[in-house]
Amino acid sequence: MMGFQVVLLWSDLLIWLLVAVGIGVGVFIARNPPLLAAWRRVGASRVGMAAATVLLVFVVVGLLDSLHYRRQLDGKPGQKASYAVEVLSLLDAIAAPLRSRNEKTYSEPFATRLYAKETVDVPGRGQVREYPRLKFGGAHLGEREGEVAADVGFTAFRAAVIGVLAWLAVVAAAIGAVAWQGGVSHGEAGRRIWAGETRFAWNAVLATLAAVFLVVVPLLWLAGGYHVFGTDKVGQDVLYQVLKSVRTGLIIGLVTTLVTLPLAVLLGIVAGYFRGWVDDLIQYLYTVLNSIPGVLLIAAAVLMMQVVIDTHPQWFSTAAERADLRLLALCFILGITSWTGLCRLLRGETLKLRELEYIQAAQAFGVSSWRIIVRHILPNLMHIVIIALVMDFSGLVLAEAVLSYVGIGVDPTMVSFGTMINNARMELGREPAVWWSLAAAFAAMFILVLAANLFADAVRDAFDPRAA
Amino acid sequence: MLAYIVRRLFYAIPILIGVNLVTFALFFVVNTPDDMARMQLGVKRVTPEAIQKWKAERGYDKPLVVNHGADGLGMVTDTIFFEKSARMFAGDFGRAEDGRDIAREIANRMGPSLAIALPTFILGLFVTVSFALTLAFFRATAFDFWGVVVCVAMMSISGLFYIIGGQYLISKIWRLVPISGFGEGLDAWRFLILPVVIGVVSGIGSSSRWYRTIFLEEVGKDYVRTARAKGLPETVVFFRHILRNALIPILTGVVVVIPLLFMGSLLTESFFGVPGLGSYTIDAINAQDFAVVRSMVFIGSVLYIVGLILTDISYTLVDPRIRFE
Repeated sequence: MMGFQVVLLWSDLLIWLLVAVGIGVGVFIARNPPLLAAWRRVGASRVGMAAATVLLVFVVVGLLDSLHYRRQLDGKPGQKASYAVEVLSLLDAIAAPLRSRNEKTYSEPFATRLYAKETVDVPGRGQVREYPRLKFGGAHLGEREGEVAADVGFTAFRAAVIGVLAWLAVVAAAIGAVAWQGGVSHGEAGRRIWAGETRFAWNAVLATLAAVFLVVVPLLWLAGGYHVFGTDKVGQDVLYQVLKSVRTGLIIGLVTTLVTLPLAVLLGIVAGYFRGWVDDLIQYLYTVLNSIPGVLLIAAAVLMMQVVIDTHPQWFSTAAERADLRLLALCFILGITSWTGLCRLLRGETLKLRELEYIQAAQAFGVSSWRIIVRHILPNLMHIVIIALVMDFSGLVLAEAVLSYVGIGVDPTMVSFGTMINNARMELGREPAVWWSLAAAFAAMFILVLAANLFADAVRDAFDPRAA
Repeated sequence: MLAYIVRRLFYAIPILIGVNLVTFALFFVVNTPDDMARMQLGVKRVTPEAIQKWKAERGYDKPLVVNHGADGLGMVTDTIFFEKSARMFAGDFGRAEDGRDIAREIANRMGPSLAIALPTFILGLFVTVSFALTLAFFRATAFDFWGVVVCVAMMSISGLFYIIGGQYLISKIWRLVPISGFGEGLDAWRFLILPVVIGVVSGIGSSSRWYRTIFLEEVGKDYVRTARAKGLPETVVFFRHILRNALIPILTGVVVVIPLLFMGSLLTESFFGVPGLGSYTIDAINAQDFAVVRSMVFIGSVLYIVGLILTDISYTLVDPRIRFE
C-alpha cells in the first residue's frame, strides 16, 4: 500500500474557498425570491445552460487538478516515511499514462514516428537517417503501422458507442427528475424535454452533453494508445498540457475576483453612501489607478514582484510552491488593477439608492448606517456585482495568455495556455510547421472563453431589467 | 471655453501627482534599490561594492525622500524621489540601461507606433461602425442573429491567435507581404498593411457588438417614431437621424484612446518587429530596465488624462445641450 501526504497549496485553498462561497451564495439565493427568479431565467435560457454545461466540464477538470498530494517513497520498514519532492494532483494520477509517456521531441497527432529524422543503427545496414519509431504513440500496433487510421476509427467508434450509452443514462436520470418534479408520467416528461416545455432548459443541457460525450470519451479512449494532440518540444503529451492549463485559467479568472470584489463593493458603497470627503478620497484613488494604462501598471507591478521573488529564494521550499505563489501574486495584481470599473458603477448606483424613500425611512428610524448598507443597499446591488463577475471571467482568461507572452504572466514552469502558446509560437516557422501545440491551446481557450461569454450574456439578460 | 479647459487641466495635476507617487512606491519602496541591484547583477555572486557601484552609476545611492546630509533645498532635491520621480514632470526621464536618453528614444519611436496605430484606429472605427449599422438595419432577422453570433465568436478568440494565424496564413503560406519588419518612406506600406488588417479584424467582435446595442437603443426612441410617422423611408431614418445621434456616444467613447495611440500596441509591435514604443516597453520588461518601464507608466497616464480632457471637450462640441459649468 502506497502512502501519501496531502499537500494544500495556497491556490488550492482559495479554489475550495471559492467553491464554499459559491455554495453559500447558492443558499442565499435560494432564500431570496427576486434573485431566485433571476437565476430561474438563467436556467431557462438554452444558450446559457448549454454554455454552463461546457463550463462545468472545465470546472471539474480544474477541481480534480486542485487536490494535491506527495507520494510516499519506498523505504525500509520501521524507518520514518519520506515523501517525493514532486507535488502531484488527482488529475495527474488519473492521467498518469499521459503524464509519464514522454517521447523524445515533437510528434504529430496520432503519429507513430518522430517529427524529425535521426541517425539510427539498423542491424545489417549500418547507420541510417530516418524517422525513429515513437516509444508510446501507437506502440500497441507494433509493426502494423499502416493500420493507424483503421485502428483509430474502430477505437473511436467503440468509445463513441460507450459515450452514447453513458449519455442515455443521463437522459434517463433527467427524465426521472422531470417526471418526479412535475408529477407526470415518464413518457410525458420525455416529450416535454424534447419539446423544450420544461422550465429548466433540459433539452439544451442534454444536447450539449451528447456533444461532450461524443467528443470527450473517444478522445480519452484514444489517448491511451496515441498522442491525440501530438507531443511538444520535450516530448510531453499536448493533451495533458491542455488539461493542466485549465486549472491555471480558472484560477486567474476566479481568484482575481476574490481580490476585486471586496475592494470594489466596500469602497463603492462607502463612497456612495457617506459622500463628503470619503467619497472624494475614494474617487481620487480610483481615478489615479484608472489613469495608468492597465498593461503598464501590471507590467510594473509584476516586475517588482519578480524582484521580490528572486531576492528571497528562502521563502519557497519547492518549485511548485514558488510557481503557485507567483500565480496568486499575479491574481492579486490583476485584482488591484481591475476593481475601479465596478467600484465606479456601484458608487453611482448607491448614490441613487440612498435617496429612495425606504432608505430615508430606515435612517429616520435610527437604523445604523452599517445595517442599512448590509440589509438594504447591498442586496439591491447584487445584480450589478453578479453581472460584473461573469463578464470579467473571459477577459481575465484571455489576458493571462497575453501577459504570459509578454513575459509578465505566470511562472514559466507552470503550464498555462499562455506558456503553451509562448513556447510554440516560433515553431510555425519550421518546415513543415509544428501547428498542433498552438492549435490545441487556442482551441481549448476558445471553447472556454466562448462558453464563458455566452453564459455571461445569459446572466446579464436575466439580471439586467433594462437590457432587451 | 478656455477657462473650462484650464480648469480641467488644473484638475489633472493632483491625479498626475498620485500616479507619480504610485510609481515611486512601486519602484523604490516595495523593493529597495539594493534589491534591484542584486537582481540585475545576479543574486548569487554579488559583493557590497558591486551593489554600491551599480547604485552610484544610476543615482540610486541617495536617500529616498529626505536627505538629512544636505542643507537647504538640497534636503529635498538631492533625493531619489526628486531626481527620478519629480523630474518626470519636466520631461526628464533619465537614461536607460544602455545609456541612451529615454526622452529622445521616446520621441524617435512615436512615429513608427503612430504609423500603425492611427490607420488601425481609423479603419477599425469605420469598419466596426459600418458593420454595426448594417446589423442594426437588419435587426431581428437571421442576418442580425448570425452577425451577433460571429461577433461573440470573434471576441472569444485570443488576440494572439489573430496575429500568429494572420502572419502564418498571409505571409508564410500566401507570401503576400513580408512577415515582419518596418520601412521608412513610401516603401513602408508593404510592412504596414498586415499589422493594420490584423488589428482591425481582431477588434471587430467586441466593438461591433457594443455599437450595435447603441444603435438599437436609438432605434427605440421617440424621434425615430416621429420620423417614420412623417413617412420618411427607412434608409433616410437610419442615415440622417439614427446614425448621427448614435455617433455621439460612439465618438466620445473613442476620443479617450486617441492620445494613447502614441503608445502603440505591445503585442502588434513585438510580433511585427516595429521599432515603436510598444516594442520598446516589451524590450524593457524583458531586460528588466526599470527606468524605461517607469517612464512609460508615467507617459501612458499623462496621455490617458489628456484623453479624458479631450472627451469632456468633445461632449460639449458634438452635443450642444451640454454646457460648460
